[in-house]
Amino acid sequence: MNIIVCLKQVPGTTQVKIDPQTNTLIRTGITSVLNPFDYYALEEGIRLKERYGGKVIVLSMGPPEAVTMLKEAISLGADEPVLLSDREFAGSDTLATSYTLSQAVRKIGNYDLIVCGRQTLDGDTGQVGPELAQMLGLPFVAYVSKVEEIANGTIRVQRMVDEGHETIEAALPAVITVTKEINVPRLPSFRGLVKARTAQIPVWTAADIQADKASIGRAGSATVVVKTFVPERVRRGQVLSGTAEEQVAALIVKLKETKVV
Amino acid sequence: MSLDSRLRGNDDARIIGSSNEANMAIRVDVQKCTGCGSCAPACPFGLITVNDTASIREEACTLCGACRDACAFEAIVIEAAAPAAVSVDGYQGIWVFAEQRDGKLGSVGYELLTRGRELADTLKTELSAVCLGHNVSDVNKLIEHGADKVFFIDNDSLAVPMEDLYAAQMADLIRKHKPEIVLAGATSLGRAFIPKVAAILKTGLTADCTSLDIDMDRRLLMQTRPAFGGNLMATIICEHKRPQMATVRPRVFKRGAADSSRKGQIIKADFDKAAVTSKTKLLNFMEDLSRKVKIEDADIIVSGGRGLGKAENFKLIEELAQALGAAVGSSRPPVDDGWIPYSHQVGQTGKTVRPKLYIACGISGSVQHMAGMGTAECIVAINSDANAPIFEIASYGIVGDLFKIVPMLTEKLKSA
Repeated sequence: MNIIVCLKQVPGTTQVKIDPQTNTLIRTGITSVLNPFDYYALEEGIRLKERYGGKVIVLSMGPPEAVTMLKEAISLGADEPVLLSDREFAGSDTLATSYTLSQAVRKIGNYDLIVCGRQTLDGDTGQVGPELAQMLGLPFVAYVSKVEEIANGTIRVQRMVDEGHETIEAALPAVITVTKEINVPRLPSFRGLVKARTAQIPVWTAADIQADKASIGRAGSATVVVKTFVPERVRRGQVLSGTAEEQVAALIVKLKETKVV
Repeated sequence: MSLDSRLRGNDDARIIGSSNEANMAIRVDVQKCTGCGSCAPACPFGLITVNDTASIREEACTLCGACRDACAFEAIVIEAAAPAAVSVDGYQGIWVFAEQRDGKLGSVGYELLTRGRELADTLKTELSAVCLGHNVSDVNKLIEHGADKVFFIDNDSLAVPMEDLYAAQMADLIRKHKPEIVLAGATSLGRAFIPKVAAILKTGLTADCTSLDIDMDRRLLMQTRPAFGGNLMATIICEHKRPQMATVRPRVFKRGAADSSRKGQIIKADFDKAAVTSKTKLLNFMEDLSRKVKIEDADIIVSGGRGLGKAENFKLIEELAQALGAAVGSSRPPVDDGWIPYSHQVGQTGKTVRPKLYIACGISGSVQHMAGMGTAECIVAINSDANAPIFEIASYGIVGDLFKIVPMLTEKLKSA
């Protein structure tokens, strides 16, 4: 089984805060991390490889720095890394990103399953998985929480919906996005770390994947950000003071006044 | 489209200002730049250094525009690469996807119709609802909530939503009728199949919008959503492609009252069986039975967080909830630690709730948690840490020991 796992390097957003006095962003050193949800995708890919044989190809579209993240994936058990990196990809929205990834997948050619995390920590759209599936014309299942079996050219999974869980069977090759309920990601092995240290990461450009210029980067993006601003937190709040008894009594008065209780 | 998903770069450092690239994007106008340095802290990626003038490390720049917006001198310019203009003529009307399951319409459709009605009135255009399903009762209610038309495809294959099938039918309808705007709930279904529709139509989609407005000069939908874990808001447009698509979380918009005097058309559209050879099959569905009270529908929610210390202490929360006739919620850490099931989780990767009263006990108020409950009418926070961010949005805050306060509150409410 050849499994492609899509990975993304994201800024460590918990380190981005707003300075309340100047109302600007303050950073305590931006670090880039592997998108947390992608650890689960990678772990699932590796487990399926261990169960059914084959290899795990990790694919990422990102800046040159993303090689560190791909090396980390190798230390965890990925076999072949691919970094898609090119100035031409700058400014991509999810549509352009999905197109770029789909071209790379076509170049990889021989695969049975594509696994993505359910969403990214920074973008949180969850759009690339389904858009990628659509562009490749592959069956798609979102929010997979368990892979039950792969047999006879199909994959049987459990997946989460708002109301509960469904069991779905899909023909392979297919694209799935996974949730963190699916597994507990492993730590790197010693052998993996050694392998990662000397790993060569191939970098593919737009030309390498025969990308149509009108479909990548800004030209290929249908959406654009026109404004960014710091959200206003408006709340006419009151901190109730006094002893515990006084605070509780005051709260009940307030709640009754506003007819909430 | 999200800010961050534009994090794409190039191989070698560039000299800012040189440009022979079609996709060249950001530059500092050194004539206008005063070296004031306001831009540097605004960059979420730390790419700007300021000496006499600002310089931006372009290869990791995502063109988010935070620096441009922070500059008082308009010295930072992001140049638009004009994409191939697709004709946006002939696209009219606003559509709302009204999701259903087993014949029952979900609430998010009504919420979107309420806001959709306002947007349609601003644009002086029609509002339509789209419903895919089988034996859906209450399709009329969609008209009562503001739809002028309802496009309805009825087929037993559609009774239980499946992404591939729904996407094909929806895209087909859109191609036939050409709405300029399509809205859907950012539910597990919406987030799974609407992106497929956007990819089929090669158009733009913005997920999880928290507000929608109209720019009348350009007749564009202004789609605002949180980015960087909610630390920044971004407004996004889809200028050159149609339809402009957006998903909105349940309960972000308020469901309006039904008006039974409203008239509209219900149009039964054909199920295009030939077009779809669905390669996914539903084998089984297990309903989540632990959800005795659906917290999304509760008027009052009492939530516990990490401050509770251990699973057993959720008992305090449950007792207070019982005294109030409320549902029990949780922030993410207790769920991650297995103290309470995921169905109780409120937040960015949990449920979005909009109760009349939300009582947060031992919850610090991370941005991700606040994304799930920030629009509650009245928020009460009980936390021993006076600096907990939750106090910024609480209507009433008690800085104190929840192990004293919560039982006391329960006691007083019971005897009141």
